[in-house]
Amino acid sequence: MATPNTPLWEVFIRSRNGLAHKHVGSLHASDTTLALQAARDIYTRRGEGLSIWVVPSNAITASDPSEKGMVFEPAESKIYRHPTFYDVPDEVGHM
Amino acid sequence: MAVASIQVSETPLVLYTLRRADDALILGHRLSEWCGHAPMMEEDMALANMGLDLLGQARELYSYAAKVEGRGNDEDKFAYLRDVRQYRNLLLLEQPNGDFARTMVRQFVYAAFADLYWRAMMQSSDPTLAAIAAKSEKETAYHLRHSSEWMVRLGDGTEESHRRAQGAIDDLWAYTGEMFHLDDSERGLIDAGIAIGPAKLHAPWLKTISGVVNEATLALPKSDWMQQGGRDGRHSEHLGHLLSELQSMPRTFPGATW
Repeated sequence: MATPNTPLWEVFIRSRNGLAHKHVGSLHASDTTLALQAARDIYTRRGEGLSIWVVPSNAITASDPSEKGMVFEPAESKIYRHPTFYDVPDEVGHM
Repeated sequence: MAVASIQVSETPLVLYTLRRADDALILGHRLSEWCGHAPMMEEDMALANMGLDLLGQARELYSYAAKVEGRGNDEDKFAYLRDVRQYRNLLLLEQPNGDFARTMVRQFVYAAFADLYWRAMMQSSDPTLAAIAAKSEKETAYHLRHSSEWMVRLGDGTEESHRRAQGAIDDLWAYTGEMFHLDDSERGLIDAGIAIGPAKLHAPWLKTISGVVNEATLALPKSDWMQQGGRDGRHSEHLGHLLSELQSMPRTFPGATW
């Protein structure tokens, strides 16, 4: 129900301290306050989060899917950029 | 109805607990009626969430009332097997949902009271009621915040939303006095520190709602004539219809399980 009165917002939730906010979905709301409350009501019902961000969807600039060949494919042949040639000591833990 | 109603021996503490349990159940049920009907999906979820908070409060309060009563009743029997006259909720909370503005006004005036009430009840000398209060206060604080935000947007929104919100305040105002009513059965509990006297909540409640109502460019009615009777089982015509829906399954198919 996209109306001029209730624009779209993107919702980001941080599930634990130390983790980054992750995009979880979107919603419609009239303003920042109600967007934050709706995000709480829709996306944290099962204890998913410690922190919520809402961002107006129209503030996001996205890459163009039709340009994905130019944008992403050049990286596919550069396997040397993956750190798979190193032995990571166990003590380092999760990277 | 196939199953007869239960008898309840309403000692002061049982009655006191049942009154608060019935408040939570009836308002929670009203909110559940919005499920699938709210103006937008986001608000559908918000209303259902608040309804579930209230249902959780009702369950704990009913279970405690059953334990205090000690006659083999339980949360389900209290909810499903009492008739209208045995229900002790505030008249305000059984009033029909009406439009979204009316539902929000009802939520707002009640949550502004319940938030103060539960916060005060955290000091109850009854440890179970104090624990229920501590959990309920956090839930109710959010109900107040959510409904306050909507009050401002409805009142200070369009001409139409203002008209509807003001109409709801005018219609529901006479039901607000009952929240502060005190009868003899509760005096002993207040003296014992188990319950809190509702009269002292009136001034802070009025301050809270006046602030929001002013910001919303709405006005509180001048009338101080107040309706009451719910606490004694004298209800408006709406509660019977609500209960017939709420109770039809367990009354028709006693003991049925999913």
